[in-house]
Amino acid sequence: MEIAFYLSGLVAVLATLGVITNPNPVHGVLYLIVSLLAVAMVFFSLGAPFAGALEIIVYAGAIMVLFVFVVMMLNLGQAAVAQERAWLSPRTWLGPTLLAAALLLTLIGALWRGDSGMLVQGDVLSAKQVGTILFGPWLLVVELGALLLLAALVTASHVGRQPGSDSKTGKEAL
Amino acid sequence: MSGVPMEHGLALAAMLFALGLAGLMFRRNMVFVLMSLEIMLNAAGLAFIVAGAAWQQPEGQAMFLLVITLAAAEASVGLALLIQLQHRFKTLDIDAASRMRG
Repeated sequence: MEIAFYLSGLVAVLATLGVITNPNPVHGVLYLIVSLLAVAMVFFSLGAPFAGALEIIVYAGAIMVLFVFVVMMLNLGQAAVAQERAWLSPRTWLGPTLLAAALLLTLIGALWRGDSGMLVQGDVLSAKQVGTILFGPWLLVVELGALLLLAALVTASHVGRQPGSDSKTGKEAL
Repeated sequence: MSGVPMEHGLALAAMLFALGLAGLMFRRNMVFVLMSLEIMLNAAGLAFIVAGAAWQQPEGQAMFLLVITLAAAEASVGLALLIQLQHRFKTLDIDAASRMRG
């Protein structure tokens, strides 16, 4: 369990590094899928199989496929990659990286000084227990989540439509 | 006694979050900005899972479910905005849409 956790954690960090430094959008999406699968492995090793399965199905399956479709639809060529390379000069990334590193050092320092001494044993928390929480005391939160998804559906279909496709009025609403 | 210390799991979440934050700040392509947001939300979900596993409570996984819902909503709206950006400005540079009356 420990070996699985540390190995997949290493894979997740390296793949995420690949996402943020890659000039090609398609390669970035593929690196992100690898990173999400590694995080799902971390969940399995920590004893959260329901969350791991959801991570694979919803994140790597649904959201990333949406990204792949959009990148395919945009039809970016080699010119876009060259443009990305030009944008990725050290002058651009040095400052943000230093700021993020300072934040990371602060977080790790706080964790190190906290010293809770808790150990994750990897005992499995089954989907049954999660469902009992979700459809018992947390029912209102689930309904709020459903409402959020409905709002996102309406917003995406309104914002994402192409001008001119509205055949009834033929006008651009946005 | 075998097991992973909780700090190591939380440190992994902090690392992923910092990487996502750095990507969010230094990329100008909107596809990568949205992917960095996904990385940061995923890191927050990882922190919930680690804490839930350490205390052996299912609330961590329930919160992760809500985080994943939020990520799906954010991705769909963000990608719709991305398509509009490409359609109007013929570029993915997020600075092209920095004025309010674009």
